Amino acid sequence: MTLTVRVAGVTKHYGRIAAVTDVSFDLAKSEMVALIGHNGAGKTTLMKLMLGLIRCTRGSIEVLGDNPAAGQFAGRRHLGYLPENVSFDAALTGRETQAFYARLKREPVAKALELLDMVGLGPAAARRVGTYSKGMRQRLGLAQALIGRPWVLLLDEPTTGLDPELRQTFYEVIQRLAAEGTSVLLSSHALTELEERAGRVIIMNHGIKVADGSIEELRRLARLPTKIRLKVSGLESDEMPAWLPSGAPCRRLNGHIVEIDAAPEQKIDLLHRVTAEGSSVEDLDVVPPSLDELYAHFLKSTEMPR
Amino acid sequence: MSAIVVALKEIHQAVRNRWVLAATLLLAGLALSLTFLGSAPTGSVGVRALDVVVVSLSSLTILLIPLIALLISHDSIVGDMERGTMLLLLSYPVARWQVLLGKFLGHLAVLAFATCLGYGLAAAALMVTGSRVDNDSLVAFAAMIGSSVLLGAVFVAIGYLISALARDRGTAAGVCIGLWLLLVLIYDMALLGLLALDQGRNISAGVLNAMLLFNPTDVYRLFNLTGFANVSMFAGMAGLAQSTSLSAPALLAALMLWTFVPLGLAALAFSRREL
Repeated sequence: MTLTVRVAGVTKHYGRIAAVTDVSFDLAKSEMVALIGHNGAGKTTLMKLMLGLIRCTRGSIEVLGDNPAAGQFAGRRHLGYLPENVSFDAALTGRETQAFYARLKREPVAKALELLDMVGLGPAAARRVGTYSKGMRQRLGLAQALIGRPWVLLLDEPTTGLDPELRQTFYEVIQRLAAEGTSVLLSSHALTELEERAGRVIIMNHGIKVADGSIEELRRLARLPTKIRLKVSGLESDEMPAWLPSGAPCRRLNGHIVEIDAAPEQKIDLLHRVTAEGSSVEDLDVVPPSLDELYAHFLKSTEMPR
Repeated sequence: MSAIVVALKEIHQAVRNRWVLAATLLLAGLALSLTFLGSAPTGSVGVRALDVVVVSLSSLTILLIPLIALLISHDSIVGDMERGTMLLLLSYPVARWQVLLGKFLGHLAVLAFATCLGYGLAAAALMVTGSRVDNDSLVAFAAMIGSSVLLGAVFVAIGYLISALARDRGTAAGVCIGLWLLLVLIYDMALLGLLALDQGRNISAGVLNAMLLFNPTDVYRLFNLTGFANVSMFAGMAGLAQSTSLSAPALLAALMLWTFVPLGLAALAFSRREL
């Protein structure tokens, strides 16, 4: 496992406000990591620290062998960044902007311009960026982040303002890059989108890292119940199946569906019972806790001690 | 290399935004009207028309070039930060001093182009209309154009320093206007008042020289109006030209210093800035 980014014990204060407190994590090659947290949780601050735009109060950061706080930037040739509210010089066209960034990265301009077609900006490439809509600026932002062959991608809210089709394309590109070895760190509010895609999730709350792991690991840690939904025939409207173990929290949804909250260790036992009583169960859905629920859980569990 | 890429983009933008066109037209228009209207009082018998133009154009330059230079430079750091374009630029493999140097080269190129073309037109128009122009006058005129560009470089650098230190664009603009008023208008009046009050008792020639060196526009004025004998005659500064001990190379060196010190300080302030 080769590390591309190392964040070790990083704290950042703005005056008396602590934006990030003692955060550590590593990014390895081919990892796709989702950084989630509400506004002001420290996601953008972490990315700026990795870029050397701001310096950490304590701790150290290494990005592709550089120490960004000391102004080293050799590795940035292989780094793509998409800021949260990306903006460009309004007087230049999309094509000129993309060419400028390609030259700065010392990458072939022609190849960089092909990216404009990929993000669907081809027809608008000759227009001034000042005339672009928010979604088009976001596309241009993606196109510049993908210039060259990035080894590390830092994407701050990359899919805001993108239509569903382009979102799909975007994730395909990102996943292909990750498969080829790129480390991707992306922050987002669209948790359902990340759920199937991110190999790892880092949850931030008030500048503190509260969880870090794959979704399965987080599910295990959170011990949130899996929802088992049954369609049972022949039940009265407020009646519960007799074979349910006592104490399992359950409820009725819209008449004929029974929803059971199954703790992780009860899950298999419950499913045995369901299939044993097969006669009255017509359909079955197992819904593991979603990223939304995990996120809410980890936020709540860190709010408690206060 | 990266600095050149940034410089080319700045030039491109200035052309696109019509900054180049506006500055060139302004300088050319004023230079041409000074050349022809300005010679009205002396009449067409003025044998050294170009020398008169050097005197009047350098007075115009002192007002205008610092203003144009500050206008294009005051916004370039704090403005790019507020617009958010600096954030993206600095995520690229380019050092902050390279960004600053690139912007400086780009803005200076724009200014040099506008000055050379605008003032060059005036000289060309004089020659075309049949005024006799000798070599001495041409040298003085070329020196005037060169030092005007240098004066522009001084104020571009000062504008960056203000831009690197200011918290927002409005502050930067305000400070720049204040500084322009101070250096271009108030400083000389205050100096004159001081000299009149002092009646030559305490302020020696050395002190006066030092005070003049403290204002880049005065350095520029001394260089152009006293540096060439043929010009200083018309400038009414022949007396001062004899009394001042500041040679032309020394004055040019002072202008260079006025460029590099603010530019260096701007790079320092910019490198420490968080965004």
